Amino acid sequence: MSTRTTMDGNTAVAHVAYRVNEVCAIFPITPSSPMADVADEWASAGVQNIWGNVPVVQEMQAEGGAAGALHGALQSGALTTTFTASQGLMLMLPNMFKIAGELNSTVFHVASRSLATSALSIFGDHADVMTARPTGFALLCSASVQEAHDCALIAQMATLESRVPFLHFFDGFRTSHELNTLDLLSDADIRAMIDDNLVRAHRARGLSPEHPFIRGTAQNPDTFFQAREAVNPYYERVPEIVERAMKRLATRTGRPYRLFEYDGDPDADRVLILMGSGSETARAAAAALRTAGEKVGVLQVRLFRPFSVAHLLAALPEQVRRIAVLDRTKEPGGAGEPLFQDIVTSLAGAVARGERTTMPHVIGGRYGLSSKEFTPTMAKAAFDELKAVKPRGNFTLGINDDLSHTSLAIDESFQIEKDTVTRAVFYGLGADGTVGANKNSVKIIAEDAGLYAQGYFVYDSHKSGAQTISHLRFGPEPIEAPYLIAQAGFVACHQFVALQRQDLLRVAAPGATVLLNAPYSAAEIWDRLPRPVQQTFIDKKLRLFVIDASAVAREVGLGSRTNTILQTCFFAISGVLPREKAIGYIKESIRKTYARKGQSVVDKNFAAVDGTLARLSEAPVPANVTSQIVMPALAPANAPDFVRTVTARIFAGLGDEIPVSAIPVDGTFPSGTAAFEKRNLSDTVPVWREDLCVQCGQCGFVCPHSVIRAKYYHEDRLAGAPDGFKSAPVNARGYPEARFTLQFYVEDCTGCGLCVEACPETSPREADVKSINMADKAPLLTAERAAIAFFETLPVNDRARVDFGDVRGVQFLQPLFEFPGACGGCGETPYLKLLSQLFGDRAQIANATGCSSIYGGNLPVTPWTKDGEGRGPAWSNSLFEDNAEFGLGFRLAADKHLALALSLLAGLADKVGQDLAEAIAKAPQIKESDIRAQRLRVAQLKARLLTIIEPNALDLLSVVDHLVRRSIWIVGGDGWAYDIGYGGLDHVLATARDVNVLVLDTEVYSNTGGQASKATPLGAVAKFASSGKRTARKDLALQAIAYGNVYVAQVAMGANPQQTLQAFREAEAYAGPSLILAYSHCIAHGIDMRHGMQQQSLAAASGYWPLFRFNPVMRTVDENPFILDSPRPRIPLKAYAYNELRYSSLARSRPEEADALLVMAQTAVTEKYREYEELARRDGSRFHPDARGAVAQPPAAKMVAPRHRDAIQTPGE
Amino acid sequence: MALTTNYLGLALNNPLIASASPLNSRLDNIRRLEDAGAGAIVLPSVFQEQIEAEADQVSARIDAYAESSPEAQSYFSGAIANPYGMGPDSYLDLVRRARAAVGVPIIASLNGSSRAGWTDFARLIEQAGASALELNMYHVPTDLLESGQVIEARYSEIVEAVCGTVALPVAVKLTPYLSSIGHFADQLVGRGAAGLVLFNRLLEPDIDLSAMKLTDRLELSEPEEMRLPMLWIAILSGRTKASLAASTGVSDVAGVVKYVLAGADAVMTTSALLRHGVGYISTLVGGLRAWMDEREIASLDDMRGMMSLLRSRDRNAYSRANYIKILGHYAAP
Repeated sequence: MSTRTTMDGNTAVAHVAYRVNEVCAIFPITPSSPMADVADEWASAGVQNIWGNVPVVQEMQAEGGAAGALHGALQSGALTTTFTASQGLMLMLPNMFKIAGELNSTVFHVASRSLATSALSIFGDHADVMTARPTGFALLCSASVQEAHDCALIAQMATLESRVPFLHFFDGFRTSHELNTLDLLSDADIRAMIDDNLVRAHRARGLSPEHPFIRGTAQNPDTFFQAREAVNPYYERVPEIVERAMKRLATRTGRPYRLFEYDGDPDADRVLILMGSGSETARAAAAALRTAGEKVGVLQVRLFRPFSVAHLLAALPEQVRRIAVLDRTKEPGGAGEPLFQDIVTSLAGAVARGERTTMPHVIGGRYGLSSKEFTPTMAKAAFDELKAVKPRGNFTLGINDDLSHTSLAIDESFQIEKDTVTRAVFYGLGADGTVGANKNSVKIIAEDAGLYAQGYFVYDSHKSGAQTISHLRFGPEPIEAPYLIAQAGFVACHQFVALQRQDLLRVAAPGATVLLNAPYSAAEIWDRLPRPVQQTFIDKKLRLFVIDASAVAREVGLGSRTNTILQTCFFAISGVLPREKAIGYIKESIRKTYARKGQSVVDKNFAAVDGTLARLSEAPVPANVTSQIVMPALAPANAPDFVRTVTARIFAGLGDEIPVSAIPVDGTFPSGTAAFEKRNLSDTVPVWREDLCVQCGQCGFVCPHSVIRAKYYHEDRLAGAPDGFKSAPVNARGYPEARFTLQFYVEDCTGCGLCVEACPETSPREADVKSINMADKAPLLTAERAAIAFFETLPVNDRARVDFGDVRGVQFLQPLFEFPGACGGCGETPYLKLLSQLFGDRAQIANATGCSSIYGGNLPVTPWTKDGEGRGPAWSNSLFEDNAEFGLGFRLAADKHLALALSLLAGLADKVGQDLAEAIAKAPQIKESDIRAQRLRVAQLKARLLTIIEPNALDLLSVVDHLVRRSIWIVGGDGWAYDIGYGGLDHVLATARDVNVLVLDTEVYSNTGGQASKATPLGAVAKFASSGKRTARKDLALQAIAYGNVYVAQVAMGANPQQTLQAFREAEAYAGPSLILAYSHCIAHGIDMRHGMQQQSLAAASGYWPLFRFNPVMRTVDENPFILDSPRPRIPLKAYAYNELRYSSLARSRPEEADALLVMAQTAVTEKYREYEELARRDGSRFHPDARGAVAQPPAAKMVAPRHRDAIQTPGE
Repeated sequence: MALTTNYLGLALNNPLIASASPLNSRLDNIRRLEDAGAGAIVLPSVFQEQIEAEADQVSARIDAYAESSPEAQSYFSGAIANPYGMGPDSYLDLVRRARAAVGVPIIASLNGSSRAGWTDFARLIEQAGASALELNMYHVPTDLLESGQVIEARYSEIVEAVCGTVALPVAVKLTPYLSSIGHFADQLVGRGAAGLVLFNRLLEPDIDLSAMKLTDRLELSEPEEMRLPMLWIAILSGRTKASLAASTGVSDVAGVVKYVLAGADAVMTTSALLRHGVGYISTLVGGLRAWMDEREIASLDDMRGMMSLLRSRDRNAYSRANYIKILGHYAAP
């Protein structure tokens, strides 16, 4: 018995994997994380496998750890699985060789994904899987959600019988995240397919002291080779075993699969061969071409390893003369990509052996890297190429390769989608509920109405205000179209502003229905459309419907939630179902979804449905264009050429059209591009009350998006200021003619409100009025644009005249990290902005993969920028796991090049001037004034070197910049620092090199959706800790302190910004490894982000997050290096913790357990604080001596012990 | 000596009831209250709008970033995102667990904001096993267009709707800010109310002068606040078929005795327990017993309403004359 349902590929695979295993060893990585997430949730909810027990789901510290744990569980006889992708699979490779070598039965389920090269990509191709080819794993590839569901079981059946481990893979995102209709295997189906004798045999092979043996020996030249060959019979049997498993499944379910699935003309002369979801696309193209009389076919490869030549030959029609093999991967420098090579080798062998008479002409091509669209049109291009007299090999599909000219031309007129399929595209904004509502619509249509349905969702890379595009198909037959909709009969724009920025109607088919959510009536809407949009309406004869969903939501009491309303519109006008029936389904779905929240919530949503039908109206489309509104330029005219020609096209959603030649060859992109992307996300923005402001700098300090800028300047500069430009006298003595301005970059503001909350000044005469207050942006925008433009003409304050030691002073330092697309109110970014203000002009940053690498370096833009002199942070990301080592490499190179520069300088001293050479070599470089002075000397040196014509001078020029002390920062989240990168971090801290480690500690894996890390606190609920984490958070600070030579600080900006500032400066000044643990509130904590800084304050006040600094330098003056900066806990832990859903949800769902955990957590906090207090009270002699003297430090980086603790507080002059 | 009393048709061991407060949300406190001799326990008020607001807040925090990144469809485990534990679930759990934990009657307290909310929740609370239901009529009529009649009519309708929905005895906790409490109380009884709780305290906001903000600090009730409820208990005693529970201002044994003398079938306290701890209820029960002992009063029934309007020899004492007399006795400083 099977059940028709809808789910995404990940869930479909996990559904099977969970039921046929006893142990799941997991670690989150996109796009496979949802498999691990659901497995953990099922285990937490007590869902049983087919043997009636609940599998153990164990999160590990890295994929390498997951593979190791999995290997151990296998060796102990447990049925074990894992889920991974991309770099995660790379970390598993060493164990995979072992697992395969020992003939362990297991299935790894892989949502295949690109490997990071010049750039990371989370999207799908086969690069990861192809790298696993030599491991000895069988590779089984699925092409659709249904297939992935079924093949998950086939792989399990086959691995148990064959003893060869399987890697079952399917296309990341395209299959893993596609919502599609499938027949779900029942537990009985699954049970019937698994032979318990094989399970018992698997267990019997496990290690046991009851019948001991050893496995995993070391072998010598005499036997190792033979051992490798001894496994051959097992591999030889695999194809037959898989085939048998497929047949058994087909008998039970009626869904036949083959190792090589040929679909096409039995007499085909041209065939495409490929794997994965692209096969469905190619099949659709071939079917259309066959209808037009072409003799073509498609061969889908499912079992890629072991590669069965016999099965290939049996499946491939004998008379095929031309073959194009499409690989979804690139092997630079190879004779061809992997599948291509296998096909050529197989056919050549067959011809040589006489099994085939003629060798077909085989060409290879690449498609779909990083989820690049692969459409029937592209498949046709490959078929067409095969018709050429000399078909081109090594071709590409889907890009414009104007550099190497590999790309095949595409015939865009080839549109083959059936009229029986309803196609709808929705443009929404992240978190506006569009995607959720569409997922719900897919379920309604598939499960209630009995149609087949598909949903695929595309997101942009911003964490706040990301655009979402939903592609939905519905029809009477299964939807086998794993590609985006190009011609939609229904297009909805849920964010009216998007229509004014992008050509959203490109996807509208002629005569399509267009729904706009806009604050205008049917009579008004036409005049509000930009001119080109009007033209498209007329040209394509589109119908226009309009709804003011926000108004309906407000009227019925749904606040800002418009999802039900817009969903109703879709059902009302798309015609996918009869209207009344559809409305009935929506209401039933509302009843199911909201019943537990009470009848009134249900009633409000019902009212929303009814209100929608009353307010939805069709607007007339006049015959002529009347609008004077033009689409705004995507980048200002004064933007750099690259921004205008490349970056701006990505803004416009036209990145696919950028030719190869325009893309940097080595991943190098310009800094400072976020400033060009005025996203205007928030309708409300902060407004300054200059009369109330005390110019303390707190607002700018906490602003996560660097939207608040302060300058002081001579009052004469106000001449020419636009109307409404605000300023106030500088409220410090000694600046009688100076003015102060706080400027808000309103177009870049996310409206998070942190600044308002941070503002300490309230009006003495007005209720609830502060120096900063939120207000509607629309009436302010024009004036603010003018104000910003004027503000930018004011000089940036001289760094040498700013007090770096005070939050008030820091506001005048230019942020070299601005406008990141991080979540509104992000707790991480203020620390990075501070880093950039203090040290940005000489900082080199190694950034671990995670949130900070996404908002820091995900195209199209980067927030890392340059100052007026062209200097700014040099930023790079290597991997998730190696960031500390990567950053250490920066330091090693910097130290080496500094030493080289000093040595060359000494050699050239007589030519460049002894005084200058000596001054440079001996310059102190701690204070900002020192740095400025050194820069001047180095500039002088450069000028002199340019006049010296000899190799040494050129050599010195190549490393001369290192004479200015470089600030090396290693930045990442707790997932990196506490888990996957911990080994490396520990090692780097133990090297005594001058690196600064900043841990943006959100206490979960934020980027992949809130999975627990070892920084997750006791009692908090997170993914992989659904019933509350049962172990304490790792005390990374104490571990680092134990080394004695590491500067360690724990900070929370919201609790004490001054302490944060001091810690950053001390860490950077410290000539050894420094570690800053920075409390970063996060959306994954379940807080009102506007109160993020207050939560930080409560964290410190409760003693949960004590603030402290451990400065080994103090040992040189016999003082205690450990300074506890926060007072004794003054509120209970609960008063902090229960403001956060991660804690409070447990109190709701499991109150007794929550109580018990809270008591334990409170005890732990109290004890931990005592421990720190004890440290703080100790005599200095009871700490490690400062051993750095034993390590040779480059002279310029050396630091002398301060005479007293505050000696380095005010380096500015 | 019999301290037993009948409240809402429930036989209580004594008239002391731990009224709705956060104390009573913990099972260990509920057990301790029973051990200390509480006659019944009212669970904390479940506010429909609070539940909805909480659900909305949780949804907002969960939904704010859901489905907005290709790397994370959500940022919360199912344990947070799943609606279990939200809405009325946790309250109903409390009702069930409290009933299972103790033998004394468990009275659930409900504050609704819509007609549907009242009846839906009442039904769920009944299914969860509550012994009785207290409707907490807490409403500040900030709408200047809303007349007293309209408000009273709405209250009456709600009481009727709830009483028509559940078989449980229903008590109504009233606000003192009604024009004619006795008349209105009578109406409510006519609509099905089995008991009246006099009165609900409005927790009015205060103004923080330094921050120029409204604050909402909870102030415990003081003994002098007893006199208004005592007045109305005394006026209603013996003149309504509804049970009467006195609430507000009980700080010691004297307060309990006074309320019973005025005619209360049950005496509720929270402030005393918050001040002195849950065990204080045994002090109050013991003190009541001692007071009765001293005067050789054999049962609570004998004592109840001794000083009520109906039984008072000087009925004017409860009317406006009393007000004049008090003022007359007041010596200016």
